[in-house]
Amino acid sequence: MGGRRLYDIAHARAGDKGNRLNIAVFPFDDGDFAALSDFLTEARVLAHFAHRGATAVRRYELPKLPALNFVIDDVLEGGVNGSLGLDGHGKSLSFHLLAMPLDPASTE
Amino acid sequence: MTKTIHIGCGAGFAGDRTDAAVPVVADLRRRKGPCFLVFETLAERTLAAAQRQRQSDPDAGHAPNLLEFLRPVLADCAAAGIRIVSNFGSANPRAAAARIAELARDLGLDDLRIGIVEGDNLLGVMAENELRALPALEGLDAAAGGMIAANVYLGGAPIAEALDRGADVVVTGRCADPALVVGPAMHAFGWDIGDLDHLAAATCAGHLVECGAQVTGGYFADPGRKDVGGLDQVGFPIAELSDDDGLVITKAAGTGGAVDLRTVKEQLLYEIHDPSAYLTPDVTLDLTEVSLAAEGPDRVRVTGARGAPAPETLKATLSYDGGYLAEGELSYVGPNARRRAELAIDILRGRNAARGLNQAARYDVMGTMSIFDGDSGDLRQAGSWPDDGEYRVRGALRSMDAAEAKAFSDEITALYCCGPAGGGGLRTQVTPQIQTSSALVPRARVRPQVAVVSAAELT
Repeated sequence: MGGRRLYDIAHARAGDKGNRLNIAVFPFDDGDFAALSDFLTEARVLAHFAHRGATAVRRYELPKLPALNFVIDDVLEGGVNGSLGLDGHGKSLSFHLLAMPLDPASTE
Repeated sequence: MTKTIHIGCGAGFAGDRTDAAVPVVADLRRRKGPCFLVFETLAERTLAAAQRQRQSDPDAGHAPNLLEFLRPVLADCAAAGIRIVSNFGSANPRAAAARIAELARDLGLDDLRIGIVEGDNLLGVMAENELRALPALEGLDAAAGGMIAANVYLGGAPIAEALDRGADVVVTGRCADPALVVGPAMHAFGWDIGDLDHLAAATCAGHLVECGAQVTGGYFADPGRKDVGGLDQVGFPIAELSDDDGLVITKAAGTGGAVDLRTVKEQLLYEIHDPSAYLTPDVTLDLTEVSLAAEGPDRVRVTGARGAPAPETLKATLSYDGGYLAEGELSYVGPNARRRAELAIDILRGRNAARGLNQAARYDVMGTMSIFDGDSGDLRQAGSWPDDGEYRVRGALRSMDAAEAKAFSDEITALYCCGPAGGGGLRTQVTPQIQTSSALVPRARVRPQVAVVSAAELT
């Protein structure tokens, strides 16, 4: 409890294509982009979505916005096509990412 | 002297607000230069559902809210020369055009010219086994159900042709969403398929406005963190696109919502994978050098979109019968609610195992971050949740067999009398499903057709 979360320094938007999700992450303060890029690695994002069966994460960097765009494979339980979950599009999952603790030693 | 066109968006999806276009048209009427109003109402599954309707009724299969979207604005658009472009033709552009012609005649607009873009429907052009053999892009490995629809994404050129031939309203079936803006830009500026950076700017404009309020504060607001006022009257976006590739995103005057660096950034990357290669039928869009600048209240300038040649193949969506989705929900609230909810799931598992249900089901307890959870329920099992509270059990199952789907939802209903104490608020539904996959079609197999007719002629 009380630890800082990604939510405290960034905002994000999710979009789906099939069983693949993209989440774009934007620092509220452009000055945090370097620290955000160091922290929010592909491996960390993949681990955060492991419980949903994510198989791969690819990160794209857009320093001019600035933004990080994550493409997460096989995370939508089949996507709108096949998901049994309520949110087959994964529209809510940007907030799952934003709930990530910034201090990796702490847990939710 | 640069020339500028103004493109307002009236809908970002089939279920969008039907009064949103009114302030957009009021704003466009005060502007100088060519104005266009676009409605984007077609999602992957929307089109397959529409194709099913067409199969049972040859006059059906267009966007269901077509007339609700157009009735409030058609006369004003015709009077002011604001031309309308939309994919609400869905599975039946000709039927959509006939509905629009009826509406136009009712409004005394017999001379309204309606452009019809067809050629996206591949059924009948290619055999089903040929379609199934196309190189797959993503989606199903092997579809169990029969094919319902096969539609290829058309680009901006046929829309531009309809506008060149004098259409006041252009109706398409499946086209790339940004093509609704690329078409008007090609028409107004004489841009051609080789003008890559021009088409990149137009595609970027189309991408930013085609989801309606998603660039003006919708799908964005977060109280205390990202505050947006007036979402009950959120203004839909307007793109100002110039022949020197200048692009400004703004919104209808006198409305709620906001256009700022954050709302535009979020939409710029919405549904984008590799930002250096967003593939469309018209151009491969590179967003990596895009930068944004605030240019006054609710105005953001977008620069740096670059274009590379469009892919050799076109994307098609193939839709198949997906059987049925059975769902049911029941709430447990107050003392020990969480354990009563878990008991309900244990009972459902026992019942369905005994019946030999051969499909995998999913069970959720809402109130335990269930929407973030996987089918396994790992988050729920790993977390610690208070026993007292408000929890809602949800079960879901997919089956090709309607009887099996109904039996699953009936078991949730039976929890009323046979389940844990105090279950209330039952809802169940069984809904037909459509599955889709994406495939690549050689351009040579795709022949867009354009017709332009007056409302008086179209009966």
